Amino acid sequence: MAEVRAEMVANVWKVVVNEGDQVSDGDTLVILESMKMEIPVISEDDGVVAQLKVAEGDVIQEGDLIAVIE
Amino acid sequence: MLTETLGPVLVANRGEIARRIIRTVKRMGLRAIAVHSEADADLPFVREADEAVLIGPANPAQSYLDVAKVLEAARATGARAVHPGYGFLAENVAFARAVIEAGMVWIGPSPEAIDKMGDKINARNLMEAAGVPVAAGTREPVTDLSLALRAAESIGYPVMVKTAGGGGGIGMSVAHDEEGLAKAYEQAARAAARFSGDGDALDGPAVLLERYIERARHVEVQILGLPGGKVLALGERDCSVQRRHQKVVEESPSPGITPELRERMLAAAARAGEAVGYLGAGTVECLVDADKQDFVFLEMNTRLQVEHPVTELVTGLDLVELQLRVAAGESPEVSAEPRGHAIEFRVYAEDPKRFFPGPGKITAWDEPTGDGVRVDSGYESGNTVTPFYDPLMAKLCVYGSDRAEALEKGRKAVAEFVVEGPKNNLPFCAELLENAEFVTGDYDTGLVARMRA
Repeated sequence: MAEVRAEMVANVWKVVVNEGDQVSDGDTLVILESMKMEIPVISEDDGVVAQLKVAEGDVIQEGDLIAVIE
Repeated sequence: MLTETLGPVLVANRGEIARRIIRTVKRMGLRAIAVHSEADADLPFVREADEAVLIGPANPAQSYLDVAKVLEAARATGARAVHPGYGFLAENVAFARAVIEAGMVWIGPSPEAIDKMGDKINARNLMEAAGVPVAAGTREPVTDLSLALRAAESIGYPVMVKTAGGGGGIGMSVAHDEEGLAKAYEQAARAAARFSGDGDALDGPAVLLERYIERARHVEVQILGLPGGKVLALGERDCSVQRRHQKVVEESPSPGITPELRERMLAAAARAGEAVGYLGAGTVECLVDADKQDFVFLEMNTRLQVEHPVTELVTGLDLVELQLRVAAGESPEVSAEPRGHAIEFRVYAEDPKRFFPGPGKITAWDEPTGDGVRVDSGYESGNTVTPFYDPLMAKLCVYGSDRAEALEKGRKAVAEFVVEGPKNNLPFCAELLENAEFVTGDYDTGLVARMRA
């Protein structure tokens, strides 16, 4: 199980995957936006998106849980 | 018209540039009015204005980019002129028109000139017709990938892919082959659809391709259009220190061009301005091939530029004052004989290694001072740098009698600047000031990538 957490304060611009999706190492899970920059959040494991904790438009803080990959 | 009749002046911007404009407006004896979002209520520019109007929530679309709200604030406060700063509504044709139609003075070039230069494809074609050199590239909007692939083949790789509208490096990338082009095109098309302020996206995202010059320098010319049509060229700025195609450090004069090339570039920039009947301050951006000592037109920015202080330090001019005087119909006597050397460091809220955004609360803020040091800042201790706007916190500018002295002052000032809380790139600036390429002046737009390779 791998937790994916936010590295900075940001807005969730786009959610690319759904819970239950199969993902591979390097796949984009969500795209954040902070300070006019798009920041893709990448899965670092192969697995299934067990939990997805953010929705488009959310404001998230550094350290917030974005997704869990199993 | 006299400048006294311009006041009150509404400043339709935020942060360091709003503060900097307000300073000159007040020095000229005019009332300065700020507009701000909820997120910016505690920033210095709000307090330093003679009057400030809350225009909406943090989201720029509902505040700084909302034409109706900014205009309503102008009406309510009796503003007689509007200064847009840079970014936000500065190059928005509909906003410029609305200001003029509301009977106020627009401190900027005519909406027609903004319109002509705002579309990079149109601008390229116009400049070519005016005898300004342009890079090989597309003359029509590229609206799908198959067109892009065909265009790239005839231009030759590598190609620069960018959006026809917009600026600030957003959506811009280099493609070295077909596979790279597919990615670059998708990125540019998405940015075009997303950031277009005036409904461009309705016609399909407009993208352009240009021959990419490797190891190029980015050198731009400051121009000032006077009433009556004459356009002056007020010297150049070298902006080759870039990350993600966004400038980090700028200097003047450029250490990479000969006096002969400078003369040719200044003449071409004045011609470019005259070709569109340019009024007020603007910038003609060029790419320079330092080995061949040749240049091509890149784009024209129809507004005050972030890095304008570099020009102010070497010429002694106040470009905001000149903007106001020209907008009021005056033809100021301007002689720009640049002297000495100036460097600007953009102090960004970002980590100094990967340059990723690092907003946060500022717990300590202490600006360097001294002879030849100028700081244009938007924040102070206790403020919060929020994720809603660009990461520029301050511009640290230094001036010396020559480049070596400016570098030395830069080292000292960077070391003295205290910023605690948000991540910031001052350590990067310090590193740059010891980098052999930068120190010798023999660098190009690939410098930062090489430092991080």
